[in-house]
Formats: sequence, structure tokens, C-alpha cells
Amino acid sequence: MSDILRMSFAIDPSDHCGATRAGHHRARRPGRARRVLPPLLIVALAGCQGRQSVLNPIGEDAVDLATLFWVMLGGAVVLWLLVTGLFIYVTRFRTAEMSRRWAEALIIGGGVVFPATVLAGLLAYSLPLMATQRMAGDGLVVHVTGEQWWWRVVYETPEGARVVSANEIRLPVGERTAFRLTTNQMIHSFWIPALGGKTDMIPGRENVMSLKPIETGVFRGQCAEFCGASHALMAFEVEAMAPEAFEAWLDREAQDAVPPASAAAERGAAIFAAEGCGACHTVRGTDAIGRVGPDLTHVGSRHSIGAGILPNQVEAIADWIQRTEHLKPEVDMPQYDHLSREALLDLGHYLKGLE
Amino acid sequence: MTEETRAPRDLRPEGPYPPTEEMLAEPVPEDVQKGQRERLRAPWKTPEGWRYWSAVNNSEVGVWYTLTAFGFMLLAGILALLMRLQLAVPDNDILDADRFNQFFTMHGSAMMFLFAVPMFEAFSILILPAFLGARDMPFPRLSAYGYWSFLIGGVFVLGSVLFDAAPKAGWFMYPPLATEELGIGSDIWLLGLSFIEVASIAAAVELIVGTLKCRPPGMRVNMMPLYAWYVLVVGGMILFAFPPLIAGDFLFELERSFDWPFFDATRGGDPLLWQHLFWIFGHPEVYIVFLPSIAIAAMIVPTVAQRPIVGYSWIVLSAVGTGFLSFGLWVHHMFTTGLPTISLGFFSAASEAVVIPTGIQLFAFVATLMVGRVKMSLPMLWISGALAIFVAGGLTGVMLAIVPFNWQVHDTYFIVAHLHYTLFGGMVFPVIAGVYYFFPFIAKRILSERLGRIAFWLVFVGFNVTFFPMHIVGLEGMPRRVFTYPEGAGWGFWNMVSTLGAFVVAAGFAVFVYDLFRPKGHQGIIPRNPWRAGTLEWSHQIPDEAWGVRSIPYITSRYPLWDQEQIVERMDAGRYYLPDAETGERETLVTSVIDARPLHIQPVTGPAWITHVAAGFTGGAFIFPTFHLYPPAIVCAVLAVAAIIYWLWTSTARPPAQRMRDAGLGLRLPTYASGVNAPGWWGVWITMLGDATAFASLVFGFFFYWTARPDFPPEGALHAAPVWVALATGAFALSWGATVAARRVNRDGAEGRAMALLAGGAALTVLGGAAVILSVLALDPVSHVYPALMWALMVWLVAHGGVGLVMQLYCVAGLAAGKLTRDFDADLCNITLFWHFLALTAVTVGAVLGIAPRLFG
Repeated sequence: MSDILRMSFAIDPSDHCGATRAGHHRARRPGRARRVLPPLLIVALAGCQGRQSVLNPIGEDAVDLATLFWVMLGGAVVLWLLVTGLFIYVTRFRTAEMSRRWAEALIIGGGVVFPATVLAGLLAYSLPLMATQRMAGDGLVVHVTGEQWWWRVVYETPEGARVVSANEIRLPVGERTAFRLTTNQMIHSFWIPALGGKTDMIPGRENVMSLKPIETGVFRGQCAEFCGASHALMAFEVEAMAPEAFEAWLDREAQDAVPPASAAAERGAAIFAAEGCGACHTVRGTDAIGRVGPDLTHVGSRHSIGAGILPNQVEAIADWIQRTEHLKPEVDMPQYDHLSREALLDLGHYLKGLE
Repeated sequence: MTEETRAPRDLRPEGPYPPTEEMLAEPVPEDVQKGQRERLRAPWKTPEGWRYWSAVNNSEVGVWYTLTAFGFMLLAGILALLMRLQLAVPDNDILDADRFNQFFTMHGSAMMFLFAVPMFEAFSILILPAFLGARDMPFPRLSAYGYWSFLIGGVFVLGSVLFDAAPKAGWFMYPPLATEELGIGSDIWLLGLSFIEVASIAAAVELIVGTLKCRPPGMRVNMMPLYAWYVLVVGGMILFAFPPLIAGDFLFELERSFDWPFFDATRGGDPLLWQHLFWIFGHPEVYIVFLPSIAIAAMIVPTVAQRPIVGYSWIVLSAVGTGFLSFGLWVHHMFTTGLPTISLGFFSAASEAVVIPTGIQLFAFVATLMVGRVKMSLPMLWISGALAIFVAGGLTGVMLAIVPFNWQVHDTYFIVAHLHYTLFGGMVFPVIAGVYYFFPFIAKRILSERLGRIAFWLVFVGFNVTFFPMHIVGLEGMPRRVFTYPEGAGWGFWNMVSTLGAFVVAAGFAVFVYDLFRPKGHQGIIPRNPWRAGTLEWSHQIPDEAWGVRSIPYITSRYPLWDQEQIVERMDAGRYYLPDAETGERETLVTSVIDARPLHIQPVTGPAWITHVAAGFTGGAFIFPTFHLYPPAIVCAVLAVAAIIYWLWTSTARPPAQRMRDAGLGLRLPTYASGVNAPGWWGVWITMLGDATAFASLVFGFFFYWTARPDFPPEGALHAAPVWVALATGAFALSWGATVAARRVNRDGAEGRAMALLAGGAALTVLGGAAVILSVLALDPVSHVYPALMWALMVWLVAHGGVGLVMQLYCVAGLAAGKLTRDFDADLCNITLFWHFLALTAVTVGAVLGIAPRLFG
């Protein structure tokens, strides 16, 4: 599987570590320092700030949490140096014995007074930060349902329109979007590090949270709660878009699928129908109305396929259909390895054409 | 009435106590000493040849137990190395997803259940009696039974990896993933580890009783070595933390085997109940693992400083405080499950509060080092490493307890780094320090200073190289429990570093293991107290004698070897208590709980095979259901009960030949105890506290569903039949009354009437059990969680009723055979105590079955 998997994340091969940002459009809080980098660990941490990094925040919540982290890290480093320094001094350098009174003062001061003060301050500073992520959204609601191992996504506009998609999240910059998180079978956890913290998806419950991107960009989210064999292969791409661009995209996403535009794509559409793909997948505007698997109406326009594991290219789509079980162990979709490579590529052309 | 006709419960110690200095200074003639030594040596002799494995003495069982736990740790470590190989580069395929998931599940499960907790118990069984100047643990055969159960269970659970059948839903076994997992992996986890948990609780009971009742005369609670305090705290935590997990396992296995939907949301169940029960266990578990290591440090630090510990009372208070607090923190493992922010804030603050007792303990050690003069010995070097690592882990813990930050890094490699910093620093390093420190006591040999330093630097550097980068990849978004990751994520470099570091750690362990097992015959006789420590364990003789202490000393100081002149010489000479074995049996001294005044002489059991038989059949009773083989499981369960009855009948609470005997220093003590004075009674009491906790967890389940689920009980649900419920409750209550009455009339000498009462009670017990079964028979446990919970409570009550029935019949037989008499009624006292708890259980079940649904429904 390695050769195939290595193609994943080839979405922007020139940018090995950095976030793929479309235009670095800053919507709100332009003046706020996104990265407060204390000198410690800069080399280690700044070296590789990926598209899935807590330290590369693009959401309102994530920015606050990154700042919180750097503050706590600074405190932790100072405290660690103090404690180990004291220990080394006591065991290595000191020659005279100290009085028991001093020793007892150390126990009370170091063990009770100091931590109680510092922790009270820390709690007072940090706990209010919970509030934003639990706030209601500005209007748009995204319903995400965890599946084995992919994401069912439904956009619900303030006007009540519902747009079905899968395995990708697109959000308007500068607006707080509400998420309603449920699951079909197992517990999953929905997490976009660049935007904010994670929330679990638990059978029999609906959890809510909200996120607010403050810059455009494409980054990555991933399931964070162990959910079985292919837990590692349950990711998704996230694109934060300028509000107008988002509106336009949502309108297109709501429309039916485009008809096949080439001979190969037409052959692919026929194979798609003949192999019964429509029993599990929906391609709106065709006979395919299955709801077991991801909606494929606009699969061609997504950043990735297979829930964030393969680039959205004809070859990769063909590989996915041919070697599904190999690429995503224990997944429900059967692999169509009886199809010829040509047929698979035709399917790839058809699906890639569904933009 | 003469001494030989009075009941032991009316006999009191006679003679001078405490001993005066003149009494202690009087020499013991050499020929008397020689005779005593020979008589003492005979019963305590360790069996030889193949019979060696029938030994039950703490010095043998403790060593096996420790080495087995250490062996399991090395195997779990190998699983970790294989996982590190898989993660060394992106998109790797050395291990496939299924295998990787089995490995990480087993790595965590084995480290927790087969290493960390058993290691504490093993180490404590090995050294606690020596700390207390006791000959052995109070119930040596129970230790042996626990050990063999642990070995069978551990091999079964860990062995499943070799057959590609291991559990693979994570060590936390969250439903629905674990309930719906095909194959037998989850059953192996549930049944195999439940079996081990039972053994863990047995060991905890024994350690608590040992600490409370088997201290040397004069060792008041405020004079106990700190290690003994930690044993009490940790034993108590095990007692209250494991039962919720066992209750959870019970529900879980009922769901897996019989499809009773406790955690299935589609039929009214709730997967979050498991998370609560698991973490009510799981968080105290962290401190169950961590506190014993603090205890080891608390023994090493004063020796290194050559000064008494500073802030003894502060440390004790902190240990107890940590124990209590640890039960109020479990939700910090569930911060992302969508609970209300108010409760998240509460648990966040509570989690931070643990810093205070932990800080006190840490600074108390630093303070002790400050007032003394430190020599950086090898144990101290490992303690230093522990401190550096643990403090870092503690500081990241402070970060993680902050809810919003936790939302970001929960279930990422940041957590993996944090937990390994706390557990390696808070457990592995101190335990290795303990091995270096106590090795001269255990093996009467000394480990190499040079190899020890090499091992230390390899493990210390390797550890940081392995785990420090995990903080970084975690912050960069790498989730835990992923079998691979894509190249584009940018996590490859640090993962490679981690993998390299892991092999450096492995090299360090290889050096340590080599040092442990290399032949050391050339060392000759080592000094008796090589570290010049102040506590009693270093009074043991070299070469070693199986009797532990030659005579049990009178203690007036926390550091008797520093403060009590000539104590070792006098112990060796047999000047103190129990210097002889007149009856040719193993004995130890039982003292009072607070003041440690001598109470009576307690016979302790010797080598036996029945423990192996009992452990084997108990294992069968747990292991066969894994394969859904219920008939052999039932046969094994019956045989296990039979073996345990045989063991108890032949070796416990037997009437002694003499009712009072000379215990040394002119003190005469009773040789039999029943009721509150008997260690067995304490054993039952403590066990039943744990049992009641498990039962309370089930009842908690009822109220959890009732508050969390709108459809509990569902519309128009059938309830338990009220007449049968009332009959069952009444029958159990009457059976309890008959048992209590039997104890009373037996003391008045009416043994015949006592037998009749117990037999009548047994009949009522059968009636009660049948009635409670009938009360729920019409309910379908598969249909919804409400009837399933009714059934579960019924099963719980019937199972306990069965135990109560066996106990009643055991006492009928005891009365008939003359083992149990008017004067020697320990068995009857113990079962009455069990029946108090059973009556409470029956009444509660009656209330929940019969009344609650009508009140709340």
C-alpha cells in the first residue's frame, strides 16, 4: 500500500510542511499576532508547521489556544528549570546542612502556596476560553456524521436549504459556523486543529460546537478517537473561503451532477450504473440514489478522495476502486478488482468529471 | 474457669507490656538460642526440588510475582518497539492496521494490568513483611493463589497476540467498537483481565490487613515506614477503583455474550456509561501506579540523606489526599465528549488541585535532602532521573487539565508523551531505583555500579529522545493510535527520532536485565545493611533465613536501626517476641490496629498445592467463556469453589492445642481469635467494601440511565413482579436473621440450634434466589436496557446468594465436624459479616426492582 499512499498529500507537493493557503486573505483581527513564539523550542516547533497543526492556527479559537499553549509552555519551562535546578543544587553543590525550619518552609511554600496561586490564575485565564467554541453559530449549520471511516456532511443554510456532501468541509471566513456532530455506528472525534478543539461523535447523542476561520486556506482535519481498523485513514480536507466564494460554491454544490463530458467519462458512467455503484452512492440527477456510502454528486471538485487519503486524480480514483480493501482495511466498500484497468480508468474519468 | 476452658474471645494478653530496658538487656543463653533456631527453622524451611513451587512464603511468591510482572513489561515493551518500527517512516507497512491495533491495545493493557499494578503488589508482598518485622503476610496461600491466577491470566491475555487473536479496541475498550468487535479479542480482554483484577483485589486485601494487623509491637500508625502508609492508601484505592471496572466488565460481557444492550444506544443503552465506569477506575489507576513509586522514593531518600524524612505527617496527609482527590478527576479523560461546560470547569479545577499534594510530597523529599548530606548512590541517580522526567510530565499534566487546551491535544501524541513522562518518571524509574536499592536485601548480592550507570544514561537519554518529540508531533496534529500517517503531514522526521530513541531505551533495559541475572557468585558475603538505612528490613540476616526476622522486635522509633541501640543483636539473639516455634508451625504476631499492642499469636499457612488447583480451575471458569464454552466453565467454577472450600477447611481457623502460649518477654497471648480481632474478619470486611463498591456501580448505572436517557424505563415497560420481589427480599432478610441468630446461640453453647438455624437460613436463601429469578423472568433482557439492568441486578444477587448459601452450609458442616464450636467460632463470625453485606444487597435490589420504577417511571 505504501506506494499508493505516498501519493496522498501530494495535493500540493511543493509545500511539504506549510499550509496551503489560497491568497492569505485575512478577514478579521488582522493586527493580532498569530504566532507568539518564545525563544524556546522554536527550532523544533517552527521547523515544520503543517496543515494539521495546533501551532499554525487559522481559526479564532485555535489562535487563542495557541497563545494559551505558548504561555503555559513558558511557565512550564521556568518551573521545570527551578525544580530540577534546586534538586541539582541540593544534591551536588551544597556543602552545609540546612535547618529543618527552612526545609519545612520549602514544603509549605513550594507544595501549597505557590501552586495554589499559580493554578488559580491559570484557571481564571483559561476556562473562559471554553465559551467561544460552545457559542451558537452565525447562521450556517454543518451536520457531520461519522461513518466507518468517512464523514457524511450536510450543510444547512439559515434559509433552511440542505446540501449533502461528504469528506470535505468548506467554511466561510469570518463567520462562526455551528457543527452538529453525530455518528452512525462507532465513536469518532471531529477535529480541525487549525480552527479549534475537537468534539466526540457518540451514538445516541448529538454534540454541538462552532468554529470560525479568520483566514482563507486549505488545511486538514482527522478523526481523533480510535474507531477501528482504519482509524488512521479517516481524514478530510477543510477549505476556508471568502464568504462570497463560499456562497457561490454552496450554490454549485446544491445542483445536480454534470453529465459526462468525454467518451471515457461516458463509458465510466455506464460501468458505474452496471456495477451497481448507485446502490450505495448518490449522484444526484442520475439513477444512483444509494445512501450507504458517500454522496458523489460533486466528488470531482473535492480536494481528496477516500476521506482525505488519496489525491483527487483519475489514476488514484482507479486505484481506490481496484484496491479498496488494501487502501483502507476493513472498509465496507467492496473492491472491484475484477474490472480491467481501462474500465477503472474510465470510472476515474467519470468521477473526476463530477465537478 | 481455667484458661483452657474459657473462650479465646474472653482471654486477654497477660504479662508485662511494654518491655522494660532491663528485660531487653538480659542476654539469652546460647544453648536456648540454638534450640529456638532449630525449632524455628523447621516449619519455615522452603520446600526443595520440584516441591519448591508449592512455596507460599512471601519471599518466594514475591520474587516470582515481581519477575513475572517484569517479564510481562519487557514483552509489552517489545510490542512498543515493533510499533515504533512501523511508525518510523510515513506510509510504512511492516505492520498492517489489524496487527498494529492489537499491539497498541495489548501494550497499554499489559503495561497497566500485567505490570504497573501487579508490580506494586508483588514488590509489596516481597518487602512489606520485612518493613513491619513480620514473618510473612497474614494469608500466604492467598498470595500464592493470587500469583498463580496472575500468571495464568497474564499468559492467556498476552499470549493471544501470538495467535493474532488479541483484543484490538484499545486498552479503554470503548463500546460500541469493543462490543461489536468480531472475534474473541474483546472477550479475552474482559474475562482475562477481570480474572487478574480479582487477583489484584485479593492482593490488596492482604496488603491492607498485613499493614493493619501484622505490625511489630510498639509500631503505632505514626511510626510506620512511609511505604506502609502508601500500601494502605494504594490498597484502599484498588479496593474502590477496581470494582467499578469489574461492574463495567460484568455488564460488558453480558452485552457481548447475551446481547443485553447496556451500551447500545439503539435499545436505550449508552456508551458513555462505560466511559464513566472505566475512568472512575482509570484515573485512580494512574495514582495507584504512581504512589507506590513515591513510596519507594520515601524509603531511599532518608537513607541517602542519612536523616529522618522531613514532613512525615505532611507526606501521609498528601498521600491520603491524593487518594481521595483521584476519585474526583475521572471526567478529565472525557473533556471532549460534550459534557456541560460547568462540570468540565469543576473537573478541570479538581484535576489541577492534585498538583498540591503531589508538590508537597516532592518538596518533602527535596527538604529531606537539604537537611542531610547527600551521596549520589546508584538508587539516588535513578530517583534524580525520575524527578526530572516526572516534573516535566506533571507540568504537561497541568496544561492538559485546562479544558480548552485539552480539546486541542486530547487523543494526540501530546498525550502519549505526557503519559509516558508521568509513568516512566513516576513509576519505571523509581521502581528501578528500588531494585538497585533493595537488591542486597532481596538477593543478598549487589548490582554493578558501572553497569547501573550505563543503563541509567541509556534509558534516560533514550527516553527523552523517544518521547520528547511526541509533544511536537502531537501539537502538529498527529492523533494517537494511528497505524500509519501520510508523508505530507510532515511528521516523519520526529517519528524517526522517536523510533531511534526507543531502541536506545531498549539497550538500556538490556544492560539492566544482564546486570540483574548475570552470575554474582564471586561476591561472597555482602554487608548486612550496605546503605546504612534505618528501617527494619535491613535487620534480616545474611545468609538469608526463611523465617524473616529471628524475633519480632519492640519498636519505639520510625528508624529503629538508627535510634534503638542493639536492636539487631537482640533480634538475632531471640530476645524479642516469638523467638521460638514450640508447636512446629508457622506463626506470626497480630497486633492492634492503631497502637500495635500484641493481641494474639496467629498461625500462618505453609506450602501447598491446593492453591495451584484453585487458581487453575478459577482460570478455567474465566477462560472457557471466552470461547463460549459454558459447560466446562461451569464445571471449572464448581471445582474452583470446591478447591477453595478444601483449602479453607484444612488450614484456617482450626482450634489450637493450647489456648494461651508464651510469646516471649514474659507475655502470654491467646492463640485463636474470632470477630474483630481476627485477620480473617478484616479480610472479609475489606473484601466486602470492594464488593459493595461494585454493586454500587451497578446501582449507579440504573440512576445514570434514568437521568441520561428519556426512554428509561420505556413507555409501557413491564416491571419486575412485585410479589416475587417482596418474597425474595423477605427470604434474604430472614436468612440473614437466621445467620445472626445462629452466631448468637452458638456462643451460648447451643450448637445444635445454631446448626438448625443455619440450615433453615440456607433453605431461605434458596427460596430468595428462586424468587428473584422468577420476579424478572417475564422481562426480555435483549429488548431494552431497562429489563437488561433488572436481569443484571438479579444475576448479581443470585450469585452472591450462592456464595452466602455455600458459607451457611460450610458452617453447618463445621459445627457437625467440631471444627466450629462454641469457643472457636471465627468462621461463623466471618460469614455473618458477609451476610450483613448480602442483606444490604438484597434490600437494595428489592428497592430498585420493586419500588424505583414505580416512583420514577
